[in-house]
Amino acid sequence: MEKRIAAPEILAETPAVPATANGWRWIGIVAIVVIAAALPFGLSKYHVFELTMVMIYAIAVLGLNILTGYNGQISLGHGGFFAVGAYTAAILMHRYGVPYWATLPPAALTGFALGVLFGLPALRFEGPYLALVTLAMALATPQLLKYFDTWTGGQQGINLVKPEPPALLGIDRDRWLYFVVLVVLVLAIRIAANILHGRTGRAFVAIRDHPIAAAAMGINTARYKTLAFGTSTLFTAVAGALAAIVIGYVSPEGYSLFLSVSFLVGSAVGGIATIGGAIVGGFFIQFVPNLANDISDAAPWAIYGLAMLLFMYTMPRGVVGTLWPWVMRFFAARKTAAPFAARRSERA
Amino acid sequence: MHQFLQQIFSGLAAGSIYASLALALVMIYRATDLVNFAQGEMAMFSTYIAWTLVNAGLPFWLAFLITLVVSFLGGMIIERVVIRPVENAPVLAAVVVTIGLLLIFNSVAGWIYTYTVQDFPSPFPDRPVFGALMTTRDLGVIGVTLLMLVLLFAFFRYTPIGLAMRAAAQNPASARLCGIRVGRMLAIGWGLAAMIGATAGVMVAPVLFLDPNMMGGVLIYAFAGALLGGITSPVGAVVGGLIVGVTENLVGTYLIASQLKLTVAFALIILVLVFRPNGLFGTAIVRRV
Repeated sequence: MEKRIAAPEILAETPAVPATANGWRWIGIVAIVVIAAALPFGLSKYHVFELTMVMIYAIAVLGLNILTGYNGQISLGHGGFFAVGAYTAAILMHRYGVPYWATLPPAALTGFALGVLFGLPALRFEGPYLALVTLAMALATPQLLKYFDTWTGGQQGINLVKPEPPALLGIDRDRWLYFVVLVVLVLAIRIAANILHGRTGRAFVAIRDHPIAAAAMGINTARYKTLAFGTSTLFTAVAGALAAIVIGYVSPEGYSLFLSVSFLVGSAVGGIATIGGAIVGGFFIQFVPNLANDISDAAPWAIYGLAMLLFMYTMPRGVVGTLWPWVMRFFAARKTAAPFAARRSERA
Repeated sequence: MHQFLQQIFSGLAAGSIYASLALALVMIYRATDLVNFAQGEMAMFSTYIAWTLVNAGLPFWLAFLITLVVSFLGGMIIERVVIRPVENAPVLAAVVVTIGLLLIFNSVAGWIYTYTVQDFPSPFPDRPVFGALMTTRDLGVIGVTLLMLVLLFAFFRYTPIGLAMRAAAQNPASARLCGIRVGRMLAIGWGLAAMIGATAGVMVAPVLFLDPNMMGGVLIYAFAGALLGGITSPVGAVVGGLIVGVTENLVGTYLIASQLKLTVAFALIILVLVFRPNGLFGTAIVRRV
C-alpha cells in the first residue's frame, strides 16, 4: 500500500519517463486517491488514527528531505521544529481560542522564521558539524519547553479539546481528522514537488552536489541554503501543529531527541532525495517501534537499531531511491520491445 | 572566592572526562571523516564490563586493564563488521548506522544490566586536598586523562604504527601504495577510540553513577569540547573539553538554573561555530575543486 501511494510522485520527478508512462501516472493517482478516501471506512478507529499519524510523520519527513536530501544539510534537530509547530498550535488554541484549522498558517510562519534564523549560523557548517549542532538543539528542546512554563505549561504540557467534525458530514472525529491531514499531505506533496522540480529545487541540488560549482554558476548559495532550511522547517512545523491537533496533547517529553532521530531515520530509510520516500518513512516511524516491541520485549530498541542497519546495508539510498529505478525499468521494458530502447532506459 | 576556585577545579575534573571522550571523537573523525554518535554508548558499555569484573571480585586496576583490552578489540570488531559496509556509502547512511549502533548498545545494556542506577567504585580516595580546593578523586581523574594524552601523543609521534596510522588518515591512497594496510589502521583507530572512551566511562561512573543513559549528556559536552577545540585537533579537543567543563560548572552555579545546562552547551557550540568555525586549534580544511 505504501508503495502505491508513493508511486505517482516519484514518477513525476524522474525526468526519463517515457511519454506513454503519463497514462499510467494518472491511473495511479486516481487509484491512490480512491483508496486513500475509502480506507478510513474499512478500518477501526485506532487504525485510522495510526494512518493519520503516518501521514503527519510523512509531512515532517518530507520537510527533512528537502533539507537533507535535496540540499545536503543533515539535521538531527527537526524534532525541535516539530515541537515549535505543535506548541504554536496548542498555545493559540488553548490561550486564544483560535479554531484548529487557523493554527496551521501561524505554525507554518513560525517554523519558517525560526528555520531561517537557524539556517543563518548553519551556513557555517557542513555535514557532520551540522548534525552535531542540530543534535544539541534536539537535546535542548525539552529543557527549554520545561523552562518557559508560563507559556508551555511546563512538565504538565497542554491539554487540547479535539476538534468536532462538521455535523452535516456525519463522520466521527478520527475519520474527519484523517481527511484533514490527508488534504494537507496532498497539498504539501504538491507544493514540495513544485519547489523541487523548478528553479529553486535545481539550485538546492546544485549546492548539494557541488557548492563551489553552484556558486560559480551564479547561484547565491547562502540565500538558497537558508531558504532550504526555512522551507524544510515550515513543513515540519505544520506537521507538528497537526500532531498537536490530532493527539490533543503536547508535553516536553514528546519532543525528545528520539523524535528527531526518528525523522532522520525515516528519511534515510524511505529515500532522502525522493518525495515518495517520505511516506515510506512515515510508515517506518509509526510502525517499526511497535513491531520491534512485538519481536523482543526486552530490548526493542536493539531490534529497531538492527532494522536501521539492515536498511542502510541493503538499500543505502533508501527504499524508494533503490527500488524505484527497478519499477521504472519494468514499465519501460514492457512498453518497448525494441532492444535498443530497452538498453537506453537501462542507462537512464 | 574559595567557592569560585572550588567550582573551577571541579569543572576541570568534569572537563577532563569530556576531554577524553572528545579525544575519542576527534580520533575517529580524523581517520574516517565520520562522527561516531555511538561513542558515548560504547563507553557506557565498556564501563559495565568493568563493573561486572569488579563485582566478580577482581581488583580495580586489573579489571580496568581487562576492560581496556576488551574495548580495544570490541572497537576493532565494530569497525570491521558494522562500519566497513557503509564506508563508501553516502554520509547520511554512515550517520544513521552509528545512530543505530547507539540504540543497540543502549538497549542491550538495559536488557542485560537493567536500567537500575548502580554504584560504581572509585579507584581514588575522596579526600580534600590543597586547602579543600579539590578532592583527591578529581586529582586522580585529571591525572589519568593527562597520562592517557601523553601516551597517545607518544604513540602517534614515536611508534611506526602511529606513523602508519597518521599516513592512512591523511592520504589513504598514497598510504596504501606505500604498503600500509589502511583498513587495518582504521580498525586500530576505532579500537583506540573505544579504549579512550572506556577510560572516560570508568572515570565518570563514580560521579554520575552507572546506568545505560549516563553518557547522553557527557557525549554532548564532549561534542561541544571537540568543536570548541577544532574537530581536527587532538590537543584542541582536550583544551576544549576542559573549557566546556569549567564553563558548565560556573554557569550552572552562578548564572542560571542547572536544568538548562544542556542548553548552555548548545549555545556555546553555536557561538563558537559562528565566530570561529574551525575551533580554537583546528585548521581550515581546504578543498580542491
